[in-house]
Amino acid sequence: MRESTRRLPNYTAPMIFKEVAGMKKYLSFFRLSFTMGLQYRAAALAGIVTQFAWGFLEILVFQAFYQAEPGAFPMTMSATASYVWMQQAFLALFATWMMENDIFDTIANGNISYSLCRPIRIYNMWFSQSTATRVSRAVLRCFPILIVAAFLPENYGMAEPASAWHFGLFVLTLVLGLFVTVAFSMLVYVLTFFTVSPQGVRIVFTSMVEFFAGAVIPLPFFPAGWQKVLELLPFASMQNVALRIYSGSMSGAQMERAVALQLIWLAVLLLLGSGLCRLAEKKVTIQGG
Amino acid sequence: MIIMEHVCKSYKIAKRNAGLSEACKALFCREYEVIHALSDVSFTIRDGEMVGYIGPNGAGKSSTIKILSGILTPDSGVVKVDGRIPYKNRMEHVKEIGVVFGQRSQLWWDVPVIDSFELLKDIYSIPKETYHANLEELTELLHLTELLRSPVRQLSLGQRMRCEIAASLLHSPRILFLDEPTIGLDAVSKIAVREFIKKQNELHKTTVILTTHDMQDIEALSQRIILIGKGKILLDGTLDDIKRGDAGIDETVAELYRAYDI
Repeated sequence: MRESTRRLPNYTAPMIFKEVAGMKKYLSFFRLSFTMGLQYRAAALAGIVTQFAWGFLEILVFQAFYQAEPGAFPMTMSATASYVWMQQAFLALFATWMMENDIFDTIANGNISYSLCRPIRIYNMWFSQSTATRVSRAVLRCFPILIVAAFLPENYGMAEPASAWHFGLFVLTLVLGLFVTVAFSMLVYVLTFFTVSPQGVRIVFTSMVEFFAGAVIPLPFFPAGWQKVLELLPFASMQNVALRIYSGSMSGAQMERAVALQLIWLAVLLLLGSGLCRLAEKKVTIQGG
Repeated sequence: MIIMEHVCKSYKIAKRNAGLSEACKALFCREYEVIHALSDVSFTIRDGEMVGYIGPNGAGKSSTIKILSGILTPDSGVVKVDGRIPYKNRMEHVKEIGVVFGQRSQLWWDVPVIDSFELLKDIYSIPKETYHANLEELTELLHLTELLRSPVRQLSLGQRMRCEIAASLLHSPRILFLDEPTIGLDAVSKIAVREFIKKQNELHKTTVILTTHDMQDIEALSQRIILIGKGKILLDGTLDDIKRGDAGIDETVAELYRAYDI
Protein backbone atom coordinates (compact mmCIF):
# COMPACT_ATOMS: atom_id res chain seq x y z
CA MET A 1 0.00 0.00 0.00
CA ARG A 2 2.89 2.32 0.77
CA GLU A 3 4.41 1.46 -2.57
CA SER A 4 2.23 4.00 -4.29
CA THR A 5 2.92 6.84 -1.89
CA ARG A 6 6.53 7.22 -3.03
CA ARG A 7 6.75 8.55 -6.53
CA LEU A 8 9.83 9.11 -8.59
CA PRO A 9 10.55 12.76 -9.33
CA ASN A 10 9.49 13.82 -12.76
CA TYR A 11 12.45 15.04 -14.76
CA THR A 12 10.65 15.47 -18.07
CA ALA A 13 9.84 19.17 -17.62
CA PRO A 14 10.79 21.30 -20.65
CA MET A 15 14.23 22.89 -20.72
CA ILE A 16 13.05 26.37 -19.79
CA PHE A 17 11.51 25.12 -16.55
CA LYS A 18 14.68 23.23 -15.84
CA GLU A 19 16.65 26.47 -16.10
CA VAL A 20 14.28 28.24 -13.73
CA ALA A 21 14.43 25.33 -11.29
CA GLY A 22 18.22 25.44 -11.65
CA MET A 23 18.28 29.02 -10.39
CA LYS A 24 15.82 28.22 -7.65
CA LYS A 25 18.20 26.04 -5.66
CA TYR A 26 20.73 28.83 -5.38
CA LEU A 27 18.02 31.29 -4.37
CA SER A 28 17.02 28.86 -1.62
CA PHE A 29 20.62 28.78 -0.53
CA PHE A 30 20.61 32.55 -0.45
CA ARG A 31 17.44 32.57 1.62
CA LEU A 32 18.73 30.07 4.19
CA SER A 33 22.11 31.78 4.59
CA PHE A 34 20.37 35.15 4.80
CA THR A 35 18.04 34.05 7.60
CA MET A 36 20.97 32.44 9.39
CA GLY A 37 22.91 35.70 9.17
CA LEU A 38 20.05 37.64 10.72
CA GLN A 39 20.33 35.55 13.89
CA TYR A 40 23.50 37.23 15.12
CA ARG A 41 22.13 40.28 16.90
CA ALA A 42 24.94 40.71 19.44
CA ALA A 43 27.57 40.63 16.71
CA ALA A 44 25.64 43.26 14.79
CA LEU A 45 25.42 45.54 17.82
CA ALA A 46 29.15 45.22 18.43
CA GLY A 47 29.74 45.92 14.75
CA ILE A 48 27.64 49.08 14.84
CA VAL A 49 29.58 50.44 17.83
CA THR A 50 32.90 49.69 16.14
CA GLN A 51 31.79 51.30 12.89
CA PHE A 52 30.69 54.49 14.70
CA ALA A 53 33.99 54.76 16.54
CA TRP A 54 35.98 54.07 13.40
CA GLY A 55 33.90 56.49 11.31
CA PHE A 56 34.31 59.38 13.78
CA LEU A 57 38.02 58.70 14.06
CA GLU A 58 38.51 58.80 10.28
CA ILE A 59 36.47 61.95 9.88
CA LEU A 60 38.41 63.73 12.60
CA VAL A 61 41.69 62.79 10.92
CA PHE A 62 40.46 64.00 7.53
CA GLN A 63 39.14 67.19 9.17
CA ALA A 64 42.55 67.91 10.64
CA PHE A 65 44.16 67.58 7.21
CA TYR A 66 41.41 69.59 5.58
CA GLN A 67 41.72 72.51 7.97
CA ALA A 68 45.49 72.58 7.48
CA GLU A 69 45.32 72.82 3.66
CA PRO A 70 41.82 72.69 2.05
CA GLY A 71 43.26 73.33 -1.43
CA ALA A 72 45.28 70.11 -1.39
CA PHE A 73 42.15 68.00 -0.88
CA PRO A 74 41.20 65.90 -3.94
CA MET A 75 37.58 65.56 -2.73
CA THR A 76 35.42 68.09 -0.89
CA MET A 77 35.19 67.56 2.85
CA SER A 78 31.47 66.87 2.62
CA ALA A 79 32.06 64.20 -0.07
CA THR A 80 34.82 62.66 2.05
CA ALA A 81 32.53 62.49 5.09
CA SER A 82 29.77 60.86 3.02
CA TYR A 83 32.34 58.40 1.68
CA VAL A 84 33.44 57.45 5.19
CA TRP A 85 29.91 56.98 6.55
CA MET A 86 28.72 54.98 3.56
CA GLN A 87 31.80 52.85 3.89
CA GLN A 88 31.11 52.20 7.56
CA ALA A 89 27.42 51.49 6.95
CA PHE A 90 28.09 48.98 4.15
CA LEU A 91 31.34 47.60 5.54
CA ALA A 92 29.97 44.05 5.60
CA LEU A 93 29.34 44.14 1.85
CA PHE A 94 32.93 44.88 0.96
CA ALA A 95 35.24 43.83 3.77
CA THR A 96 37.27 40.98 2.29
CA TRP A 97 38.58 39.99 5.68
CA MET A 98 35.04 38.91 6.58
CA MET A 99 35.02 35.50 4.99
CA GLU A 100 32.89 32.43 5.40
CA ASN A 101 34.70 30.30 7.92
CA ASP A 102 32.18 27.56 7.20
CA ILE A 103 33.58 27.23 3.71
CA PHE A 104 37.19 26.94 4.87
CA ASP A 105 36.14 24.37 7.46
CA THR A 106 34.23 22.24 5.03
CA ILE A 107 37.32 22.02 2.80
CA ALA A 108 39.78 21.38 5.61
CA ASN A 109 37.74 18.66 7.34
CA GLY A 110 36.26 17.02 4.28
CA ASN A 111 32.60 17.82 4.87
CA ILE A 112 32.64 19.14 1.33
CA SER A 113 31.99 15.53 0.27
CA TYR A 114 28.31 15.98 1.10
CA SER A 115 28.08 19.05 -1.13
CA LEU A 116 29.76 17.14 -3.92
CA CYS A 117 27.12 14.41 -3.59
CA ARG A 118 24.39 16.83 -4.58
CA PRO A 119 23.28 18.12 -7.95
CA ILE A 120 24.68 21.56 -7.21
CA ARG A 121 27.56 23.63 -8.52
CA ILE A 122 29.94 24.27 -5.64
CA TYR A 123 30.89 27.67 -7.05
CA ASN A 124 27.31 28.90 -7.35
CA MET A 125 26.43 27.53 -3.95
CA TRP A 126 29.28 29.33 -2.20
CA PHE A 127 28.65 32.46 -4.21
CA SER A 128 25.04 32.71 -3.06
CA GLN A 129 26.03 31.77 0.48
CA SER A 130 28.66 34.49 0.80
CA THR A 131 26.48 37.09 -0.90
CA ALA A 132 23.66 36.27 1.50
CA THR A 133 25.85 36.51 4.58
CA ARG A 134 27.24 39.86 3.49
CA VAL A 135 23.81 41.28 2.69
CA SER A 136 22.31 40.05 5.97
CA ARG A 137 25.17 41.58 7.96
CA ALA A 138 24.89 44.87 6.10
CA VAL A 139 21.11 45.02 6.55
CA LEU A 140 21.49 44.56 10.29
CA ARG A 141 24.20 47.20 10.59
CA CYS A 142 23.57 49.92 8.03
CA PHE A 143 20.40 51.67 9.25
CA PRO A 144 21.55 53.04 12.64
CA ILE A 145 24.73 54.33 11.02
CA LEU A 146 22.97 55.91 8.05
CA ILE A 147 20.32 57.58 10.21
CA VAL A 148 22.75 59.05 12.73
CA ALA A 149 25.18 60.14 9.99
CA ALA A 150 22.35 61.92 8.16
CA PHE A 151 21.70 64.15 11.17
CA LEU A 152 25.32 65.11 11.82
CA PRO A 153 26.37 68.70 10.91
CA GLU A 154 27.76 69.41 7.45
CA ASN A 155 31.30 68.23 6.74
CA TYR A 156 30.95 65.72 9.57
CA GLY A 157 27.86 63.81 8.51
CA MET A 158 26.44 62.28 5.37
CA ALA A 159 25.23 64.63 2.62
CA GLU A 160 22.27 63.89 0.36
CA PRO A 161 23.17 62.13 -2.89
CA ALA A 162 24.31 64.50 -5.64
CA SER A 163 21.10 63.78 -7.62
CA ALA A 164 18.41 61.12 -8.09
CA TRP A 165 20.41 59.88 -11.07
CA HIS A 166 23.50 59.60 -8.91
CA PHE A 167 21.51 57.70 -6.31
CA GLY A 168 20.21 55.19 -8.88
CA LEU A 169 23.69 54.67 -10.21
CA PHE A 170 24.96 54.34 -6.64
CA VAL A 171 22.58 51.43 -5.97
CA LEU A 172 23.56 49.71 -9.22
CA THR A 173 27.30 50.06 -8.60
CA LEU A 174 26.86 49.02 -4.98
CA VAL A 175 25.37 45.71 -6.15
CA LEU A 176 28.02 45.28 -8.85
CA GLY A 177 30.74 46.10 -6.32
CA LEU A 178 29.33 43.49 -3.95
CA PHE A 179 29.42 40.88 -6.71
CA VAL A 180 33.01 41.78 -7.61
CA THR A 181 34.00 41.49 -3.95
CA VAL A 182 32.31 38.10 -3.59
CA ALA A 183 33.77 36.86 -6.88
CA PHE A 184 37.18 37.91 -5.64
CA SER A 185 36.87 36.17 -2.30
CA MET A 186 35.62 33.09 -4.18
CA LEU A 187 39.15 32.85 -5.59
CA VAL A 188 40.46 32.54 -2.03
CA TYR A 189 37.96 29.77 -1.24
CA VAL A 190 38.74 27.89 -4.42
CA LEU A 191 42.51 28.18 -3.94
CA THR A 192 42.05 26.64 -0.50
CA PHE A 193 41.14 23.42 -2.30
CA PHE A 194 44.75 23.27 -3.45
CA THR A 195 46.53 24.56 -0.33
CA VAL A 196 44.24 23.03 2.37
CA SER A 197 45.05 25.82 4.85
CA PRO A 198 43.51 29.17 3.90
CA GLN A 199 45.85 31.33 5.97
CA GLY A 200 48.53 32.22 3.43
CA VAL A 201 46.32 33.02 0.47
CA ARG A 202 43.88 34.80 2.72
CA ILE A 203 46.39 37.17 4.32
CA VAL A 204 47.97 38.15 1.00
CA PHE A 205 44.62 38.72 -0.69
CA THR A 206 42.91 40.64 2.06
CA SER A 207 45.78 43.00 2.82
CA MET A 208 46.11 43.76 -0.88
CA VAL A 209 42.40 44.44 -1.21
CA GLU A 210 42.10 46.63 1.89
CA PHE A 211 44.78 48.97 0.65
CA PHE A 212 44.04 49.09 -3.08
CA ALA A 213 40.25 49.13 -2.85
CA GLY A 214 40.10 52.44 -1.04
CA ALA A 215 39.12 50.89 2.28
CA VAL A 216 41.93 52.61 4.17
CA ILE A 217 41.88 55.93 2.32
CA PRO A 218 39.77 56.80 -0.74
CA LEU A 219 41.60 56.29 -4.04
CA PRO A 220 41.65 60.03 -4.98
CA PHE A 221 44.01 60.55 -2.05
CA PHE A 222 46.67 58.40 -3.69
CA PRO A 223 49.40 60.11 -5.81
CA ALA A 224 48.12 60.80 -9.35
CA GLY A 225 50.32 58.19 -11.03
CA TRP A 226 49.33 55.49 -8.58
CA GLN A 227 45.71 56.41 -8.86
CA LYS A 228 45.69 55.92 -12.63
CA VAL A 229 46.92 52.34 -12.26
CA LEU A 230 44.83 51.53 -9.18
CA GLU A 231 41.62 52.60 -10.88
CA LEU A 232 42.12 49.92 -13.54
CA LEU A 233 42.61 47.07 -11.04
CA PRO A 234 39.72 44.87 -9.84
CA PHE A 235 40.05 46.32 -6.33
CA ALA A 236 38.80 49.70 -7.56
CA SER A 237 35.64 47.96 -8.81
CA MET A 238 34.60 46.99 -5.29
CA GLN A 239 33.56 49.80 -2.92
CA ASN A 240 35.36 52.68 -4.62
CA VAL A 241 32.87 53.22 -7.46
CA ALA A 242 29.62 53.24 -5.47
CA LEU A 243 30.93 55.38 -2.62
CA ARG A 244 32.36 58.02 -4.95
CA ILE A 245 29.34 58.12 -7.21
CA TYR A 246 27.09 58.75 -4.21
CA SER A 247 29.11 61.73 -3.11
CA GLY A 248 29.26 63.08 -6.67
CA SER A 249 33.03 63.02 -6.91
CA MET A 250 33.14 61.32 -10.31
CA SER A 251 32.45 62.93 -13.68
CA GLY A 252 30.03 61.44 -16.22
CA ALA A 253 32.78 59.89 -18.35
CA GLN A 254 34.53 58.57 -15.26
CA MET A 255 31.32 56.91 -14.08
CA GLU A 256 30.73 55.24 -17.44
CA ARG A 257 34.25 53.88 -17.46
CA ALA A 258 33.98 52.72 -13.85
CA VAL A 259 30.75 50.77 -14.49
CA ALA A 260 32.24 49.21 -17.63
CA LEU A 261 35.32 48.17 -15.63
CA GLN A 262 33.10 46.68 -12.92
CA LEU A 263 31.30 44.56 -15.51
CA ILE A 264 34.53 43.45 -17.13
CA TRP A 265 36.20 42.51 -13.84
CA LEU A 266 33.09 40.72 -12.65
CA ALA A 267 33.05 38.61 -15.82
CA VAL A 268 36.78 37.87 -15.56
CA LEU A 269 36.63 36.91 -11.88
CA LEU A 270 33.53 34.74 -12.37
CA LEU A 271 35.09 32.85 -15.28
CA LEU A 272 38.40 32.40 -13.51
CA GLY A 273 36.81 31.31 -10.23
CA SER A 274 34.32 28.86 -11.67
CA GLY A 275 36.97 27.42 -14.00
CA LEU A 276 39.37 26.86 -11.13
CA CYS A 277 36.56 25.43 -9.04
CA ARG A 278 35.74 22.79 -11.65
CA LEU A 279 39.39 21.88 -11.92
CA ALA A 280 39.58 21.58 -8.13
CA GLU A 281 36.50 19.36 -8.00
CA LYS A 282 38.19 16.92 -10.37
CA LYS A 283 41.59 16.89 -8.70
CA VAL A 284 40.68 17.33 -5.10
CA THR A 285 41.42 14.84 -2.35
CA ILE A 286 38.78 14.68 0.32
CA GLN A 287 40.43 15.08 3.71
CA GLY A 288 39.64 12.58 6.45
CA GLY A 289 38.24 9.04 6.24
CA MET B 1 23.39 -1.97 -11.74
CA ILE B 2 26.78 -1.04 -10.39
CA ILE B 3 29.89 -2.20 -12.18
CA MET B 4 33.47 -1.71 -10.99
CA GLU B 5 36.20 -3.24 -13.16
CA HIS B 6 39.89 -3.18 -12.31
CA VAL B 7 39.59 0.07 -10.43
CA CYS B 8 42.78 1.53 -8.95
CA LYS B 9 43.25 4.59 -6.79
CA SER B 10 46.35 5.76 -5.00
CA TYR B 11 47.15 8.74 -2.80
CA LYS B 12 50.42 10.54 -2.30
CA ILE B 13 51.17 11.22 1.34
CA ALA B 14 53.92 13.50 2.62
CA LYS B 15 55.94 11.76 5.34
CA ARG B 16 58.68 12.79 7.69
CA ASN B 17 60.25 11.70 10.95
CA ALA B 18 59.64 13.50 14.22
CA GLY B 19 61.65 16.54 15.25
CA LEU B 20 62.56 20.06 14.27
CA SER B 21 65.52 19.23 12.06
CA GLU B 22 63.42 16.74 10.14
CA ALA B 23 60.71 19.36 9.74
CA CYS B 24 63.27 21.82 8.33
CA LYS B 25 64.60 19.20 5.96
CA ALA B 26 61.06 18.56 4.77
CA LEU B 27 60.80 22.20 3.75
CA PHE B 28 63.24 21.61 0.94
CA CYS B 29 62.97 17.98 0.13
CA ARG B 30 59.72 16.31 0.81
CA GLU B 31 59.40 12.59 0.94
CA TYR B 32 56.25 11.10 -0.45
CA GLU B 33 54.82 7.70 -0.02
CA VAL B 34 52.27 6.36 -2.45
CA ILE B 35 49.40 4.56 -0.75
CA HIS B 36 47.40 2.20 -2.91
CA ALA B 37 43.91 2.69 -1.50
CA LEU B 38 42.38 0.50 -4.19
CA SER B 39 44.22 -1.89 -6.43
CA ASP B 40 42.33 -3.78 -9.09
CA VAL B 41 38.91 -3.75 -7.46
CA SER B 42 36.12 -5.41 -9.43
CA PHE B 43 32.55 -6.28 -8.51
CA THR B 44 29.02 -6.05 -9.84
CA ILE B 45 25.92 -5.22 -7.83
CA ARG B 46 22.45 -5.82 -9.27
CA ASP B 47 19.43 -3.54 -8.80
CA GLY B 48 17.67 -3.98 -5.48
CA GLU B 49 20.55 -5.83 -3.86
CA MET B 50 21.69 -5.09 -0.33
CA VAL B 51 25.44 -5.47 0.06
CA GLY B 52 27.63 -5.24 3.13
CA TYR B 53 31.04 -3.87 2.34
CA ILE B 54 33.43 -4.76 5.15
CA GLY B 55 37.10 -4.55 5.94
CA PRO B 56 39.44 -3.08 8.54
CA ASN B 57 40.13 0.66 8.83
CA GLY B 58 42.02 1.99 5.85
CA ALA B 59 41.10 -0.95 3.66
CA GLY B 60 39.57 1.23 0.94
CA LYS B 61 35.87 1.15 1.82
CA SER B 62 35.37 4.88 1.93
CA SER B 63 37.43 5.38 -1.22
CA THR B 64 35.13 2.98 -3.02
CA ILE B 65 32.03 4.82 -1.81
CA LYS B 66 33.54 8.14 -2.85
CA ILE B 67 34.33 6.85 -6.32
CA LEU B 68 30.84 5.41 -6.72
CA SER B 69 29.26 8.66 -5.61
CA GLY B 70 31.31 10.69 -8.06
CA ILE B 71 33.47 12.58 -5.57
CA LEU B 72 36.75 10.88 -6.42
CA THR B 73 38.17 10.07 -9.80
CA PRO B 74 39.88 6.67 -9.98
CA ASP B 75 43.36 6.41 -11.49
CA SER B 76 42.31 3.63 -13.82
CA GLY B 77 39.54 1.10 -14.40
CA VAL B 78 35.90 1.19 -15.41
CA VAL B 79 33.14 2.44 -13.13
CA LYS B 80 29.52 2.38 -14.25
CA VAL B 81 26.43 3.06 -12.18
CA ASP B 82 23.21 2.50 -14.13
CA GLY B 83 25.25 3.17 -17.26
CA ARG B 84 26.62 6.47 -15.98
CA ILE B 85 30.26 7.19 -15.20
CA PRO B 86 29.96 8.88 -11.79
CA TYR B 87 32.99 11.16 -11.96
CA LYS B 88 32.40 12.21 -15.58
CA ASN B 89 28.99 13.72 -15.08
CA ARG B 90 28.66 14.36 -11.40
CA MET B 91 25.51 16.51 -11.56
CA GLU B 92 23.45 13.95 -13.52
CA HIS B 93 24.74 11.07 -11.44
CA VAL B 94 24.12 12.41 -7.95
CA LYS B 95 20.44 13.10 -8.66
CA GLU B 96 19.89 9.35 -8.64
CA ILE B 97 21.84 8.41 -5.54
CA GLY B 98 21.58 9.03 -1.82
CA VAL B 99 24.63 9.07 0.44
CA VAL B 100 25.03 9.00 4.19
CA PHE B 101 28.46 9.46 5.75
CA GLY B 102 28.07 8.34 9.36
CA GLN B 103 30.93 10.51 10.54
CA ARG B 104 29.80 13.73 8.89
CA SER B 105 26.70 15.85 8.89
CA GLN B 106 24.79 17.08 5.88
CA LEU B 107 22.20 19.03 7.87
CA TRP B 108 22.66 22.73 8.49
CA TRP B 109 23.79 23.00 12.06
CA ASP B 110 22.02 26.13 13.29
CA VAL B 111 18.59 25.77 11.74
CA PRO B 112 15.70 23.35 12.37
CA VAL B 113 15.90 20.05 10.50
CA ILE B 114 12.89 20.95 8.38
CA ASP B 115 14.77 23.96 6.92
CA SER B 116 17.50 21.62 5.69
CA PHE B 117 14.86 19.35 4.17
CA GLU B 118 13.20 22.28 2.39
CA LEU B 119 16.55 23.33 0.98
CA LEU B 120 17.21 19.78 -0.24
CA LYS B 121 13.82 19.84 -1.93
CA ASP B 122 14.98 22.80 -4.02
CA ILE B 123 18.48 21.43 -4.57
CA TYR B 124 17.10 18.21 -6.05
CA SER B 125 14.13 20.00 -7.67
CA ILE B 126 11.79 17.49 -6.03
CA PRO B 127 8.17 18.08 -7.14
CA LYS B 128 5.95 19.24 -4.30
CA GLU B 129 3.73 16.14 -4.13
CA THR B 130 6.69 13.77 -4.21
CA TYR B 131 8.40 15.75 -1.48
CA HIS B 132 5.38 15.72 0.79
CA ALA B 133 4.65 12.05 0.22
CA ASN B 134 8.28 11.13 0.91
CA LEU B 135 8.54 13.38 3.93
CA GLU B 136 5.38 11.93 5.40
CA GLU B 137 6.56 8.37 4.91
CA LEU B 138 10.06 9.03 6.25
CA THR B 139 8.67 10.92 9.25
CA GLU B 140 6.49 7.97 10.11
CA LEU B 141 9.08 5.25 9.61
CA LEU B 142 11.93 7.06 11.35
CA HIS B 143 9.76 8.72 14.03
CA LEU B 144 10.83 12.24 13.16
CA THR B 145 7.70 14.19 14.15
CA GLU B 146 9.26 15.56 17.30
CA LEU B 147 12.62 16.28 15.70
CA LEU B 148 11.80 18.23 12.57
CA ARG B 149 11.40 21.57 14.29
CA SER B 150 14.51 21.35 16.51
CA PRO B 151 17.86 22.86 15.53
CA VAL B 152 20.29 20.15 14.44
CA ARG B 153 22.90 21.08 17.04
CA GLN B 154 20.46 20.14 19.81
CA LEU B 155 19.73 16.63 18.56
CA SER B 156 21.38 13.56 20.00
CA LEU B 157 23.55 11.50 17.68
CA GLY B 158 20.87 8.86 17.23
CA GLN B 159 18.22 11.46 16.48
CA ARG B 160 20.52 13.24 14.08
CA MET B 161 21.42 10.06 12.24
CA ARG B 162 17.74 9.30 11.66
CA CYS B 163 17.35 12.78 10.19
CA GLU B 164 20.49 12.33 8.08
CA ILE B 165 19.11 9.13 6.60
CA ALA B 166 15.77 10.78 5.89
CA ALA B 167 17.61 13.70 4.22
CA SER B 168 19.37 11.36 1.84
CA LEU B 169 16.13 9.69 0.76
CA LEU B 170 13.87 12.70 0.13
CA HIS B 171 14.56 12.63 -3.61
CA SER B 172 13.73 8.91 -3.97
CA PRO B 173 17.23 7.77 -5.01
CA ARG B 174 17.53 4.37 -6.67
CA ILE B 175 20.81 3.66 -4.92
CA LEU B 176 21.71 4.37 -1.31
CA PHE B 177 25.30 4.45 -0.06
CA LEU B 178 25.68 4.18 3.68
CA ASP B 179 29.17 4.76 5.05
CA GLU B 180 29.11 3.55 8.67
CA PRO B 181 25.54 4.65 9.39
CA THR B 182 25.40 3.07 12.85
CA ILE B 183 28.72 4.37 14.17
CA GLY B 184 28.39 5.55 17.76
CA LEU B 185 24.68 4.78 18.05
CA ASP B 186 23.05 3.10 21.05
CA ALA B 187 21.30 -0.25 20.74
CA VAL B 188 17.81 1.19 20.24
CA SER B 189 18.89 3.63 17.53
CA LYS B 190 20.94 0.95 15.81
CA ILE B 191 17.99 -1.39 15.62
CA ALA B 192 15.73 1.42 14.40
CA VAL B 193 18.17 2.33 11.64
CA ARG B 194 18.59 -1.31 10.59
CA GLU B 195 14.84 -1.89 10.51
CA PHE B 196 14.38 1.19 8.42
CA ILE B 197 17.07 0.30 5.88
CA LYS B 198 15.58 -3.14 5.51
CA LYS B 199 12.12 -1.71 4.93
CA GLN B 200 13.44 0.82 2.46
CA ASN B 201 15.02 -1.97 0.44
CA GLU B 202 11.88 -4.10 0.53
CA LEU B 203 9.38 -1.35 -0.23
CA HIS B 204 11.20 0.66 -2.86
CA LYS B 205 13.73 -1.87 -4.16
CA THR B 206 16.46 0.63 -3.35
CA THR B 207 19.92 -0.78 -3.92
CA VAL B 208 21.83 -0.44 -0.66
CA ILE B 209 25.58 -0.54 -0.20
CA LEU B 210 26.62 -0.39 3.40
CA THR B 211 30.03 -0.16 4.98
CA THR B 212 30.31 -0.92 8.66
CA HIS B 213 32.45 -2.34 11.41
CA ASP B 214 29.41 -3.56 13.25
CA MET B 215 28.91 -7.15 12.25
CA GLN B 216 25.40 -7.21 13.69
CA ASP B 217 24.54 -4.68 10.99
CA ILE B 218 25.73 -7.14 8.39
CA GLU B 219 23.94 -10.05 10.01
CA ALA B 220 20.68 -8.12 10.17
CA LEU B 221 20.84 -6.60 6.73
CA SER B 222 22.82 -8.08 3.95
CA GLN B 223 22.61 -11.31 2.10
CA ARG B 224 25.86 -10.54 0.35
CA ILE B 225 29.24 -9.53 1.76
CA ILE B 226 32.21 -8.05 -0.02
CA LEU B 227 35.40 -8.12 2.03
CA ILE B 228 38.14 -5.66 1.16
CA GLY B 229 41.61 -5.51 2.67
CA LYS B 230 44.68 -3.48 1.68
CA GLY B 231 42.81 -2.22 -1.37
CA LYS B 232 41.97 -5.66 -2.76
CA ILE B 233 38.71 -7.58 -2.86
CA LEU B 234 39.36 -10.70 -0.80
CA LEU B 235 35.96 -12.28 -0.69
CA ASP B 236 32.60 -11.86 -2.34
CA GLY B 237 29.91 -14.15 -1.02
CA THR B 238 27.13 -14.69 1.49
CA LEU B 239 27.30 -14.70 5.24
CA ASP B 240 26.71 -18.43 5.31
CA ASP B 241 29.75 -18.98 3.10
CA ILE B 242 32.09 -17.65 5.74
CA LYS B 243 30.37 -18.93 8.86
CA ARG B 244 31.90 -21.98 10.43
CA GLY B 245 29.88 -23.95 12.92
CA ASP B 246 28.56 -22.03 15.89
CA ALA B 247 31.15 -19.25 15.89
CA GLY B 248 29.61 -15.80 16.39
CA ILE B 249 29.73 -13.27 13.61
CA ASP B 250 32.46 -11.16 15.24
CA GLU B 251 34.71 -14.19 15.76
CA THR B 252 34.09 -15.31 12.19
CA VAL B 253 35.12 -11.97 10.77
CA ALA B 254 38.13 -11.65 13.08
CA GLU B 255 39.19 -15.12 11.93
CA LEU B 256 38.75 -13.97 8.35
CA TYR B 257 40.91 -10.86 8.89
CA ARG B 258 43.60 -13.04 10.43
CA ALA B 259 43.44 -15.57 7.64
CA TYR B 260 43.98 -12.84 5.05
CA ASP B 261 46.55 -11.07 7.23
CA ILE B 262 44.86 -7.67 7.04
